[in-house]
Amino acid sequence: MRQRTKLRNNKLAFAFAVVALCAVAVGVSSWPSRAQATSNVTLIKNATILTVTKGTIKNGSILIRDGKIAEVGANIHAPSDATVIDATGMFVSPGVIDCHSHIAIEGGVNEGSVSDSSMANIRDVINPEDPDIYRDLAGGVTVANVLHGSANAIGGQTTVIKLRWGLPADKLVFEGAMPGIKFALGENPKRSNTTIIPGVVRRYPATREGVEDVIRQSFAEAVDYKKQWDDYNRRKAAGDQNLIPPRRDLRLEPLVEVLEGKRYVHAHCYRADEILMLLRVSNEFGFKVRTLQHVLEGYKVAKELAAYGVGASTFSDWWSYKLEAFDAIPYNMALMAQKGVIVSVNSDDAEEATHLNQEAAKAIKYGGMSHDDAMKLFTINPAIQLGIENRVGSIEVGKDADLVIYNHDPLSVYAVVQKTIIDGNVYFDRDRDIAMRPELAKEKQALIEKERQATAGRGGRGAQPQGPGRGPGSTIEDREE
Amino acid sequence: MRVRGVGRILPALMAAACALIVWVVVAAHHARADEPPFFAIKNARIVPVSGPPIPNGTIVISRGVIQAVGANVSVPPEARVIDGAGMTVYPGLVDAGSDVGLGAVAAPVAGGGRGGGGGRGAIAANVPLSMGPEDRPATTPWENAAGMLHSDDARIESWRNAGFTTALVIPRTGYFPGQAAVVDLGTAERTESLVVKTPAALPINLQGGRGEYQGFPSALMGQLSYVRQVFIDAQWYTQAMQAYEAHPQGRERPAYDHTDVVISHVLANKELVIWPGETDTQILRAIRLAPTLGARWALSGAQQGYAVPNEIAAANVPVFINVNWPAPAAAGGAAGGRGGGGGRGGEETDTLRTLRFRDRAPSTPAALNKAGVKIAFMSGGVTNPKDTLRNVAKSIAAGLPADAALRALTLGAAEILGVSDRLGSIEPGKIANLVVTDGDIFADRTNVKYVFVDGKLYIPPPVVEAPGGGGRGGRGGGGPGGEDLSGTWTLTFQTEQGPDTATAVLQMAPDGTLGGTISSHMGTAQLTRGRLNGQSFQFSISMQINGADMQVDFSGKVAGNQITGTINVGGYMLDFTGSRPNSGGEGVRQ
Repeated sequence: MRQRTKLRNNKLAFAFAVVALCAVAVGVSSWPSRAQATSNVTLIKNATILTVTKGTIKNGSILIRDGKIAEVGANIHAPSDATVIDATGMFVSPGVIDCHSHIAIEGGVNEGSVSDSSMANIRDVINPEDPDIYRDLAGGVTVANVLHGSANAIGGQTTVIKLRWGLPADKLVFEGAMPGIKFALGENPKRSNTTIIPGVVRRYPATREGVEDVIRQSFAEAVDYKKQWDDYNRRKAAGDQNLIPPRRDLRLEPLVEVLEGKRYVHAHCYRADEILMLLRVSNEFGFKVRTLQHVLEGYKVAKELAAYGVGASTFSDWWSYKLEAFDAIPYNMALMAQKGVIVSVNSDDAEEATHLNQEAAKAIKYGGMSHDDAMKLFTINPAIQLGIENRVGSIEVGKDADLVIYNHDPLSVYAVVQKTIIDGNVYFDRDRDIAMRPELAKEKQALIEKERQATAGRGGRGAQPQGPGRGPGSTIEDREE
Repeated sequence: MRVRGVGRILPALMAAACALIVWVVVAAHHARADEPPFFAIKNARIVPVSGPPIPNGTIVISRGVIQAVGANVSVPPEARVIDGAGMTVYPGLVDAGSDVGLGAVAAPVAGGGRGGGGGRGAIAANVPLSMGPEDRPATTPWENAAGMLHSDDARIESWRNAGFTTALVIPRTGYFPGQAAVVDLGTAERTESLVVKTPAALPINLQGGRGEYQGFPSALMGQLSYVRQVFIDAQWYTQAMQAYEAHPQGRERPAYDHTDVVISHVLANKELVIWPGETDTQILRAIRLAPTLGARWALSGAQQGYAVPNEIAAANVPVFINVNWPAPAAAGGAAGGRGGGGGRGGEETDTLRTLRFRDRAPSTPAALNKAGVKIAFMSGGVTNPKDTLRNVAKSIAAGLPADAALRALTLGAAEILGVSDRLGSIEPGKIANLVVTDGDIFADRTNVKYVFVDGKLYIPPPVVEAPGGGGRGGRGGGGPGGEDLSGTWTLTFQTEQGPDTATAVLQMAPDGTLGGTISSHMGTAQLTRGRLNGQSFQFSISMQINGADMQVDFSGKVAGNQITGTINVGGYMLDFTGSRPNSGGEGVRQ
């Protein structure tokens, strides 16, 4: 288990976070019904609007139509049938975008059995009923980059989702977002921290050189695979008969997509030497790494990262929980940003994701980042990193109405999410959540009572073996970073 | 003195006598020695399923086949007649998914190909782990349930006594455990002679979330990619072999792979692939992914189908519904699966989501039936087959019309399995699989009086329902071998850290199936796949080791109040002994 040593300067922040979480935690045991407040036209009025890209508007309003931001400004006239959200005294920001998430995954975060598990696809196992989706909504998260774990040098394919709680898996996928694939460098893929099970052969690699070798080997195979298929297609088009096609290999196909620029690479990494190694290897094979994840020593090689053009998605202030995190410093975000790297703050954890706004604020204290630049760390920057900045990440006319209403400036320790809106629909409403609890508790009691009576009526049937029908309440799996 | 004429008559007489003997022997053989050539059930209420019920009718059976059915049917004089007054005759019930007939659960299996676990087997020691799809982990599609039948599986009889004459028998272990067979639940010298049709279907198992280092695939996403890769490989193999056979000279020979060959036959013969899905998410995932295999398919499980009936109907797939509805855990035990037990602070209750699921699951058959989905029912691992009828009765209470329920258990199942031309209804020409009851088949106090399987008569013994209350009561007589493992056992075993103990609270059902819990300082776990056969028993539990779920298998022998055996933890073997209190345990039994 990793040791978390957080730099906690402000005990109040911690206290508020705990209170907010407890409030949500109690609600977790009885989920609100899936019916969402949907509306064709919505007006959010009289708030401080932090557009992120177009300045701040005091006492402003936002008009939402058909899920898009239709108007933003100081004086907006809404049609009479509009749903009005009175946000007087509140702050509205773009929805939080978490660039490193493991929520909503069914049946294991890591296909850790083989060194290269690119045949596995997170898209296939998206679990829309994971309670963490709702918890993160309550923390303002609207978009999450759902990643495979870091057990392999090359992990599974990844998917961007919108946290549309209550809809089926197909409707959670962020339509049009470029699919991704997860790489991992360092201690996790070389399994430094695992107990050896007697009789079980240990999976390769066991060293950082081995991690590099896995990536090189797989891409060499992908290059060859692509060539085989290109040759076959060319001969077929030229009219060759009776050809035997090459085998389709689900593992190599996503790697070919990487080579062709059709799939983003998100690489978990820590140490400066392995970061540079990966950039070198990518250049050799002619593909681009899209984001470096965690990248805790990124500040050491910020110039190289800026020159390469890779995004950096990192923790605010985690350090020292394993050897490769020893040189982490809370100035990482600010230092990389100063050198021109696009930086985002991420969670890698369902709980952490509920306060990414406050994690971003730490860059103000550690590195002197400006308020507005710190806002970018969890909004427009991760949107750019994921290639979805034309849709989300700031409050601009024409973009998706993905918004969060806070009761204080989101960078304040006092900020608590009041409402989280995606595509103009309110998916989390704090007041409504609290108001619904008695009703849900009653329903729960009624069901417990009904079951008790049914069991008593049958004369106590005792230990009935459970069939394969397990309840859909998912268990939060042990997750890698 | 010689009498003229005798010389000619005697040989003729002898010839005639021989002919007669031969004819009698042959006739007797045809009539299957010791059985009457005809059976008739008279004056019974008949529910053919294929047509309206006959309030007072007669059925004539001969040679395993229904000869006549109707209100006025002539009965051959030599028929053995059963007086059906006050009785109802139904077509024999079909359990559309079970391991009945496969006998005791085998010791942990490496599975086909290289060890990779899969199915529910633990890793056998020293078997190399699967390092990718090409190693074909736990993949044995060439196996067939027909070749795995065990006549000593007591459940064949107990299922039949509850009215089930036919089962779709599904092999157990592996991602591709082997092909299923439709089997009649009779008794025969060669059990495999009871197979009605095979291959009947190709089941797939998906586990989701096993330990990361038990070989590929370990996570659900890996398993899904593996299944797809196998079908892709089979399609490539078909294409490659066609091209190769057309002109082998000068070409590299496509590498042989037995799985490829079998799966390509499955595809060519349009065999039914069974894809599992219990929750609405899993069902929708099945609807999305199963078609990519390029095969005909059916959904199995579907306990949360009540949430997505229209999507299932739109997918146009038949569904084998697992009617073993989720029940609240026994007091003090762990909640079902891993979905429950959510309470914070003092009280441990299941989550509202789990409660809603348990409440609504029995309404799934009604919802699917209303949406026009073809359904059949799987017993889903119950120990008492009568519970399957009780479970179906719950669905009727939840809105499924009774005749739709009966149809799903008979002709509907036969249609999905492609045997409706010979099974599933009471019509002349069909196999004589019948169940005769003294009341409505879904009523709890109804008894099964007679069962016909392949036209052979079986009379169930009078029902003595094992007292179910409290789960602790065994019954006198014990399992098939006379032993009864019910009770509280103290187990001792040696680990590398020294001696250790655990407590096993076991309940044994009349047919030898074991349930219960194992408790130790590492926690409490529910038994799965527990069985006693004679003196030998086995059971498994799931434990968390290094954050991964591992299956721990117990096997051994019982003698009175002592047990000895072996524990298998991921290939690592430990010996154990166990004992139960001498008189205290006995006294609890009724």
